[in-house]
Amino acid sequence: MTISTGRTPQAARGTESGSGAVDALLPSDVPVQLIDADGVAHSDSRYPLPAADLLLDAYARLVAGRRINDQANALVRQGRLAVYPSSHGQEACQVAAAAVLDTQDWLFPTYRDSVAVMSRGVDPLQVLTLLRGDWHSGYDPYEHRVAPQATPLATQLLHAVGVAHAAKLKGEDTVVLALCGDGATSEGDFHEALNFAAVFHVPVVFLIQNNEYAISVPLKNQSVAPSLAHKAVGYGMPGERVDGNDVAALLSVLGTAVLRAREGGGPALVEAHTYRMQAHTNADDATRYRSADEVQDWVPRDPLIRARNYLRGLGLLDDASEDELAAGAEALAAAMRDGLNADVEPNPLDLFEHVHTVRTTQLREQAELLRGELQRDEAERDALNRRSSGPAGHSGSSGASR
Amino acid sequence: MAATPTDTGQQVREAEEAGTASGPETLTFAKALNAALADEMAADPTVVVFGEDVGPLGGVFRITDGLTARFGTDRCFDTPLAESGIMGMAVGMAMNGLRPVVEMQFDAFAYPAFEQVVSHVAKMSNRTRGKVKLPLVIRIPYAGGIGGVEHHCDSSEAYYAHTPGLTVVAPATVADAYTLLRDAIRLNDPVVFLEPKKLYWSKETVDLAALRRAADEALRTGGRVAGGIGTAAVARTGTDATLVAYGPSVSTALAAAAAAEAEGRSLEVIDLRSIVPYDDATVDASVRRTGRAVVIAEAPGFASVASEIAARISERCFHSLAAPVLRVTGFDIPYPAPKLEHWFLPGVDRILDAVDELQWDEPAAGEQEPSRSAGFDSAGGGPAAFSSPAGAGTRPAGGTGTGFTEGPR
Repeated sequence: MTISTGRTPQAARGTESGSGAVDALLPSDVPVQLIDADGVAHSDSRYPLPAADLLLDAYARLVAGRRINDQANALVRQGRLAVYPSSHGQEACQVAAAAVLDTQDWLFPTYRDSVAVMSRGVDPLQVLTLLRGDWHSGYDPYEHRVAPQATPLATQLLHAVGVAHAAKLKGEDTVVLALCGDGATSEGDFHEALNFAAVFHVPVVFLIQNNEYAISVPLKNQSVAPSLAHKAVGYGMPGERVDGNDVAALLSVLGTAVLRAREGGGPALVEAHTYRMQAHTNADDATRYRSADEVQDWVPRDPLIRARNYLRGLGLLDDASEDELAAGAEALAAAMRDGLNADVEPNPLDLFEHVHTVRTTQLREQAELLRGELQRDEAERDALNRRSSGPAGHSGSSGASR
Repeated sequence: MAATPTDTGQQVREAEEAGTASGPETLTFAKALNAALADEMAADPTVVVFGEDVGPLGGVFRITDGLTARFGTDRCFDTPLAESGIMGMAVGMAMNGLRPVVEMQFDAFAYPAFEQVVSHVAKMSNRTRGKVKLPLVIRIPYAGGIGGVEHHCDSSEAYYAHTPGLTVVAPATVADAYTLLRDAIRLNDPVVFLEPKKLYWSKETVDLAALRRAADEALRTGGRVAGGIGTAAVARTGTDATLVAYGPSVSTALAAAAAAEAEGRSLEVIDLRSIVPYDDATVDASVRRTGRAVVIAEAPGFASVASEIAARISERCFHSLAAPVLRVTGFDIPYPAPKLEHWFLPGVDRILDAVDELQWDEPAAGEQEPSRSAGFDSAGGGPAAFSSPAGAGTRPAGGTGTGFTEGPR
């Protein structure tokens, strides 16, 4: 179906010719695709091809996103990041999710969506605080209106509904885009979030990045629905499926859904068909559950290749401008490396800082306990330093004699 | 809020009359909660109330009675029947500037929301280094004693108290129902507000107008209500032993103290009011004075809040204690069917039995050893030193030269 603006679920439900109303909510028979794997554009009467300058900007972000993924993987191998769930192969979804939102909108990402968060403007080093292990979230969610990256699956979808609901009650012009994966659609919170969003008719766009795997479990073991987008009809909201490696189609379909939500049309569900090219994280061994041939099949469908071919075909991209984009991405990677190679000592006393607004007596006592341990450690270090600071020291000999 | 209240005017007049009324009045626990919700909603347009059946019905216990009529469906509304959905949506609303007050209908029906509570409600402030505060209240009709069928009578406080980041409140009086709920809504942290079901229809004479003025004044000055969350109350003064209780167990403890008085024992009763923050100071001061303590709670005792309290008292007041701290709690079994709950719940007799166990025959630690001879006090004949174990723990170490011999072991 076309995600047209302004139609309310009530209108859909009220249509006596019930099948028509249901049909209006159903997704396309095949995922929407505007640029094919060879970089050839195809027109779709429902979804306009985004303007060339938007696609050029998106391509620059794809290149940056790919470089960020590769750099983060390298930083894990070097021990600078504890873990990194890569979105390699899913960069088009990452870039489009951020690009379709305005400043006053909100993005609700998962742990795999670091590139989307950075694409929204959050400092990469602050994003990687979580995966570096300094703290659970490193950025101020209000600064760029990006929620903390959620780890418990689908739980963040309800928060997205709440932010949108509050915005609606307060009369704010805010749309919320909430991300999840195919595995998350099995969680109860996915169901509750979509149902609440539809019942309260709030401005949320749910984007499922169906990358075929929930760690090792393939989609066929996760759901036997005609598609994940088909689930939308059960909640009375429109569903749509889109080629998740086609950034043009993503921008158009998501942009339409966001506009519809902004104009009071209510929530929508979009399923992007993509593929997780790498293992779940560096701790995972994907060869245990999928073949190299299967992965290889997806290589030609890479989101960067088709956008590049399309833009080069239009003459908007040449070797010089590509070099420029590559250099920009390289600078970003270098900044990530430099930032993460700098040692940051988290302050252990911060552990008690934000648990409650007013610290309880018990936490005060526990903080004092830790402070005492830290002071003892420091005193011992100082003593060691004095001893090792050489025999010339006035107390050096007595220290050494002990 | 963009919405206009659909007030008929009648409720406003009633509220105004209540606000200007003065002097004591008879009020139920339920009505006090209802008044607290209405007053906070009137004072702060960002307060929203939602949950299952809380709209036109006014909640299954009528705690939200009249709120939709007075404040409109944007401010008090029914949700689809899904507790995780209610909780998760409240998180998002709190992130975006509202103060949600959600109702969980029954204690055991709150469990579907548990992941949201533990993984997000409790952790959001810490996760974001205080950038995202969640000023929300989770109201839970709580505990037993009302003949409820299965899944309607759980004492689930330990789950919440064990989760860092949550404030856990359990009022025991009509006045506290009002004041603590208003304070909970004002707090910038998430609060689990446990409402003892058996108290809903209990009545007390309280000066609601005075309580309202105090809460309004605190709101105006941007401060907290005096005697708000975090301070325990001495519900009854006494000298011989301390009963520590909260929520539904306070009234039982008070009944036990009244009965004990008839038997010549003076029991002090501490009403914790909030489990988190826990008021060590008030409890410790009482126990150090009385030298004996019994902790009372309905929840199963194993790994419970009562256990934590008993441990804290033992650690902190050890040298003032004349006897081990005892617990009177529910048995470690699923909450019983209505015809059997009487045997499960801590009652006056079980509390008094525990008080009797507090080693009254022995001198309290620190007290002067009386000059009586243990041997003469012991029942039965025979040489005293051979038969009496009494006082072994309080006698000076060594024993030689004191006039008492240690006796054979």
